[in-house]
Amino acid sequence: MAYSTKVIEHYENPRNVGTLDKADPSVGTGLVGAPACGDVMRLQIKVNELGVIEDAKFKTFGCGSAIASSSLATEWIKGKTIDEAETIKNSQIVEELNLPPVKIHCSVLAEDAIKSAIADYRKKQSQSLDKR
Amino acid sequence: MSLQLPIFMDYHSTTPVDPRVLEEMVPYFLTKFGNAASRSHKFGWEAEEAVDYARERIARLIGAADGKEIVLTSGATESDNLALKGIAEFYKDKGNHIITTVTEHKAVLDTCKRLEKEGCQVTYLDVGKDGRVDPDDVQKAITAKTILVSVMLANNEIGTVQPLAAIGKITRERGVLLHSDAVQGIGKVEFDVQKMNVDLASLTAHKIYGPKGVGALYVRRSRPRVRLAAQMDGGGHERGMRSGTLAVPLIVGFGKACDILLKERHTESARLLSLRERLRTRIMDRLDEVYINGSMEHRLPGNLNISFNFVEGEGLMMAIKDVAVSSGSACTSSSLEPSYVLRALGVGDELAHSSIRFGLGRFNTEEEVDYVADLVVEKVERLREISPLWEMHKDGIDLKNVQWVAH
Repeated sequence: MAYSTKVIEHYENPRNVGTLDKADPSVGTGLVGAPACGDVMRLQIKVNELGVIEDAKFKTFGCGSAIASSSLATEWIKGKTIDEAETIKNSQIVEELNLPPVKIHCSVLAEDAIKSAIADYRKKQSQSLDKR
Repeated sequence: MSLQLPIFMDYHSTTPVDPRVLEEMVPYFLTKFGNAASRSHKFGWEAEEAVDYARERIARLIGAADGKEIVLTSGATESDNLALKGIAEFYKDKGNHIITTVTEHKAVLDTCKRLEKEGCQVTYLDVGKDGRVDPDDVQKAITAKTILVSVMLANNEIGTVQPLAAIGKITRERGVLLHSDAVQGIGKVEFDVQKMNVDLASLTAHKIYGPKGVGALYVRRSRPRVRLAAQMDGGGHERGMRSGTLAVPLIVGFGKACDILLKERHTESARLLSLRERLRTRIMDRLDEVYINGSMEHRLPGNLNISFNFVEGEGLMMAIKDVAVSSGSACTSSSLEPSYVLRALGVGDELAHSSIRFGLGRFNTEEEVDYVADLVVEKVERLREISPLWEMHKDGIDLKNVQWVAH
């Protein structure tokens, strides 16, 4: 199976690879997938007081399409508010990267990773509010 | 010598035709194009003679007594089907039990599955961590109803060589037939149907530098004389066991490929082993968390099946796209399941997803091995840098204790 040029481009030059400080209350971390399934994505967001995603980082264990999907996800969510980021659908990732049917699960995982990072951020925020 | 890309290191999947093989085939496409079954003219006689010569060459490579024991087929899948279905049908009054192993090729396993639907009982023996079946398990599995044991010579994924001689001793004593899918092992490791008491053996040309589309089933003719029911009806070719006009040029090529191996197998195997060890050490000396799948001791010389922990196999193959290899990763299969062979060894799904199979062959060079080893090391390091699992491992997190959200 041949990869689309967009997948190859993201795979060879992944955007926003890295790690944010998990302990930082303004950082949300999503860790989705499982090693036994062959793909794990960790997507992190740093959100400012206006609810805008200032920074996003990822690390992914998986095939080229999984790496490209998470790279694209970080690119798309940077600069968006968390409410906007939450509306990103896996089908948009499929379309952008021309993923074949067998790779749709990679895009689903990327959507899950975004949602999971946002949920983690919100949880942390409500916890720090409780503490006040 | 300059390096040519892409590099082929997937010799378990297929091989190029050796130029010496092709040279011998060519006249049988052009001038000596007769039908080997034509008895009335020179074209037919010439073709038949060439086919019989090829049979002798094939027989000699596997230690068969006689070229007449070679039933020519379209390839090893057909040979496996013919052996299992043909024996099950012919000996159905004697019994209906077949013994095989869980790491056989799908051509054997899927044929067994069909036979089960048709009333056969099949025992699938487990293999050890090293990929080998225990001959004692074969012994214990044999019942009064057992008609056939089918164990491959060498595995196509992990290169593990099975203890066929020990199994053959048991099957002979118990009066049970032994079939072996010998595709991956012939000409690479010891295989002698007489010494090993093998009664049926599946072979194919395209794994030994012959053409695709031709194979053979060795069917023993004496002590014991093996009978089987034909699965292809027609003109009664191949002593009634496999009808169909013989693919003379391909068969000629198959014979030549066997002849080359007969003469060169020892030097070739030694060379492949040294290349394989060069590849293995150049990778393993420089990378941590790398695991070999299958026995190192009982292994095809050109096989290296290796798991790069925390890096997914297909992702790695994409990084080394100028090198043709294969992976046990789910992503490379249509079923999205990781390799059943690696699972059978007890390799966890994580490591199965991280596996790469290198298959070295006749035309690989030391330069290629060095290039590939260096490339693999560089790319594994890069992919580990973007792997959350590698980071967690480095932070001392035991990945087994993490609650994964499977999808």
